Amino acid sequence: MTSENIIQIENLTKNFGNKKVLKGISLNLKKGETLGLFGPNGAGKTTLLKILSTLSKPTSGTVKIAGFTPHEHEEELRRSIGIISHDSFIYNNLTAWENLLFYSKLYDVQDPIVRAERVLTEVGLFERKNDLARTFSRGMQQRLTIARALLHNPEIIFLDEPYTGLDQHATQLLSDLLKRLYEEKRTIILITHDLSIGYKVSNILSILVNGQIVFLEKCRNIKEDDFIKIYHEKVQNSKS
Amino acid sequence: MIKKIWAIVKKDIISELRSKEILTSMIIFSMLVVVIFNFTFEPGSEIVKAAAPGILWVAFTFAGILGLNHSMVSEKENSCISGLILSPVDRGIIYLGKMLGNIIFMLIIELVSLIFFAVFFNISLLPFLIPLVIVVLLATIGFASVGTLFAAMSINTRTREVMLPILLFPVMVPVIVGAVKSTEFLFKDKPISDILNWIKMLGAFDIIFIVISYLVFEYVIEE
Repeated sequence: MTSENIIQIENLTKNFGNKKVLKGISLNLKKGETLGLFGPNGAGKTTLLKILSTLSKPTSGTVKIAGFTPHEHEEELRRSIGIISHDSFIYNNLTAWENLLFYSKLYDVQDPIVRAERVLTEVGLFERKNDLARTFSRGMQQRLTIARALLHNPEIIFLDEPYTGLDQHATQLLSDLLKRLYEEKRTIILITHDLSIGYKVSNILSILVNGQIVFLEKCRNIKEDDFIKIYHEKVQNSKS
Repeated sequence: MIKKIWAIVKKDIISELRSKEILTSMIIFSMLVVVIFNFTFEPGSEIVKAAAPGILWVAFTFAGILGLNHSMVSEKENSCISGLILSPVDRGIIYLGKMLGNIIFMLIIELVSLIFFAVFFNISLLPFLIPLVIVVLLATIGFASVGTLFAAMSINTRTREVMLPILLFPVMVPVIVGAVKSTEFLFKDKPISDILNWIKMLGAFDIIFIVISYLVFEYVIEE
């Protein structure tokens, strides 16, 4: 591990009763890197993300994010991460604007009105800011989720299946946003089942199978077709 | 800290004013209880005065259960509870915000129910309004303090509507007994000094359970 690593995971395990969901995960990410995390259902991807985001505690092992450990600096750690998942965390009976102002208070955002205006404009929802979130389509809800996750300007962003249920336009918008976040040197962990999209937006690829990282490689060292082939081989091997 | 607690309370109030899910079900339930018992007893009779405190607190507690369940179910939608847990806020603050919101909703329902109760049962509440308000306030705080914790506990269970009263009522026995006894003494025009011990007990219960719930809420909502 080096001091440059913004995410440091060492020998992480997680058990649910007798079931071992994560079996000694070790991973380091530097600032500005985008890790694409792939794997079949039940591989432990979401569990890993839950531990990194302090939603769940590991059975053993250590995690350090932006210099903070979950047990000692939980609130600082949470302030440094933004999460976009298929769950929006958006209150349906509040307007887009009210949702953002609510979260800005929880995150102690400086100049919340300026910041909320900015993120809503970025995701193309400023004109709909006074509409109730429940009136939004799935794509618009996801854009509002992105605005919420970026509201406090986090340096680390976790995305858990963010493309689920999105139409082509919303998918493109999310991919463009990911590219912009990459250019802004944000550190990203992306979980997706779409190998092609994941390959295009990541610069490190990893495959998690049965709670273990079975593949970890820089994107530049492997072609997309080869990666897809390796992915299917690894998943197939785990079943046999 | 207060800013964040108020943000959670305000969010719950705005949300409820738009959906009217919690207040509507609570009001209908408590009114039903009052109306049904009104048909059973003759208004103004002595037996009404004996049974009235029980009727009133049955309405309050069961309507309260409905409110507590709804209040946490709304956080389950879109996994908003995870959004709260992931924010850099002490989880005790989330508890205090949710508890305060529940107290406000319960007090609104209790106010409406008391008016209906006074009209239907022909009982004047004015002579003992202030001590009655103190008893209702203390019992409501006690109810919401434990109820918010248990509602959070039962949120992930499939039978949460059943689970909440099963968990809550055994712990709430001192509050319900204290509230019913105090209200009974007030309805029987007994001096305030007679209910002083009950009021002290309700106050102590509130302090103890707010502190305990604040401290353990973190573990209750953790996955």
